[in-house]
Amino acid sequence: MTLFTCKNASFAYEGHVVVSGLDFTVERGDYLCIVGENGSGKSTLIKGLLKLLAPKEGSVELGEGLKPAEIGYLPQLTPVQKDFPASVFEVVVSGRLGSRGLLPFYTQADKALAEQQLALLGMEKLKRCCYRELSGGQQQRVLLARALTAMSEALLLDEPVSGLDPLVTQELYRVVSEINRERGVTIVMVSHDIRSAVHYASHILHLQNTQVFFGTSADYLQSPVGIDFLGGA
Amino acid sequence: MFDVLVGIFSYGFLVRALIVGLLVALCASLLGTSLVLKRYSMIGDGLSHVGFGTLALATALHAAPLAVSLPIVVLAAFLLLRISENSRIKGDAAIALISTTALAVGVLVISLTTGMNTDVTNYLFGSILTMNASDVWLSVVLAVIVLVLFVFCYHKLFAVTFDETFARATGVRPGFYNMLIALLTAVTIVLGMRMMGALLISSLIIFPPLTAMRLCKTFRSVTIASALISLACFFIGVVVSFVCSTPTGATVVIINVLAFCLFWLLALLRSRAPS
Ligand SMILES: Nc1ncnc2c1ncn2[C@@H]1O[C@H](COP(=O)(O)OP(=O)(O)OP(=O)(O)O)[C@@H](O)[C@H]1O
Ligand SMILES: [Mg+2]
Repeated sequence: MTLFTCKNASFAYEGHVVVSGLDFTVERGDYLCIVGENGSGKSTLIKGLLKLLAPKEGSVELGEGLKPAEIGYLPQLTPVQKDFPASVFEVVVSGRLGSRGLLPFYTQADKALAEQQLALLGMEKLKRCCYRELSGGQQQRVLLARALTAMSEALLLDEPVSGLDPLVTQELYRVVSEINRERGVTIVMVSHDIRSAVHYASHILHLQNTQVFFGTSADYLQSPVGIDFLGGA
Repeated sequence: MFDVLVGIFSYGFLVRALIVGLLVALCASLLGTSLVLKRYSMIGDGLSHVGFGTLALATALHAAPLAVSLPIVVLAAFLLLRISENSRIKGDAAIALISTTALAVGVLVISLTTGMNTDVTNYLFGSILTMNASDVWLSVVLAVIVLVLFVFCYHKLFAVTFDETFARATGVRPGFYNMLIALLTAVTIVLGMRMMGALLISSLIIFPPLTAMRLCKTFRSVTIASALISLACFFIGVVVSFVCSTPTGATVVIINVLAFCLFWLLALLRSRAPS
């Protein structure tokens, strides 16, 4: 089943097109990595897939039964959050908000789900900790746990490994890849770490304010764009 | 101590001021938690200056202060929110523009009509004598709305304050909550302004959350502590100002400053102490 379909889509801010010519599909169970330089439109595309931004031209369609509110999303970090007084659990359980509808409070099931995700990422001991007192890598893991709490089918991750040390980075890739393989969760990840991207992902989408490559990782390694971007690897 | 309280409660205007003041302090601290964490606290400051301008206008027109201030300040709240949502840095400067403009208009209106008199000083620094029955009713309604919002939409407010993009992705509308908070802040400021003073009212929004954040580490505890601190500081401030015959607004601010210092010291001690 197809989860995301982009047909010749382009996105613009205030009439100014920043990324265009998007033409690709993401099937259930795929692991798509979006690569490209700073400002090439990666975060913009992620917002488009979440329906936070309407395409200027073309169309973005979600697969049948997939609601934007049920996609796990890990946004790029903003400075406001770095010193926000919140407990780890408060942050993680807020992932359930999309499924709450009008109910004002979380149920036991919501809380249990949140605890499960924390345990999966090996963070259960930090549950009562203050978010702003965690290291950057731990904060990122908390946000990943929140995304996991929210998702049903798909996980969109915007630079989940930025600012993490190599060890934690590998650990995070391993966890994401495990979620992809064992639970069949579809992953769309933005990453600047091209080597890990081709290693873990099944598909690569390369942006340069337009789509310059879409295909499997193996094909990417053979393509002129891929060889060029991996630069003398 | 008991005599002092009996003394306070024997004056009708003081009881009214106490009710309005406590409710306003409660609302200001709750709304302030969200505003301060979103780095929107200057909206409160901007609104209070606009409030001063509208009070001057109301006097010149011989109109009821509430009837003139409320719509204009609410309008200003929408405007300020728009500006600060669009771009952070320019928003900062734009708010300063709006608040100084309002202040200048207020001063001009005053000097062209009544001239600098005690009314004007009251606007700037507050007077406890100005609260009437309609203020009491409005503050009760406001407090009920703010409490309902914070009890029933608590988790949504958390999500919107912590991470707007994620909140939007989960189907919460941050714009709506931002508007609601700005609107309620405007009403809170208009209500509290004549008692606390237009130049001092924003302290009720900013101090309690900052004080609470010294010691509290979760959003829930910051919210609750900020409300309790605000209520306590206001009450102590009124009692002290009654006993020492000092201006109420300024006294409440000083008590808030003392509370902030106390919490800051406690936080320092706690971080030094081996846990
Ligand atoms: N809210 C916005 N308003 C106007 N322009 C924007 C906005 N957000 C992004 N842009 C512009 O759109 C372009 C693409 O931005 P985007 O955030 O998608 O890049 P990115 O590929 O995610 O970059 P990075 O690797 O730095 O995260 C940039 O040129 C940026 O200036
Ligand atoms: Mg980006």
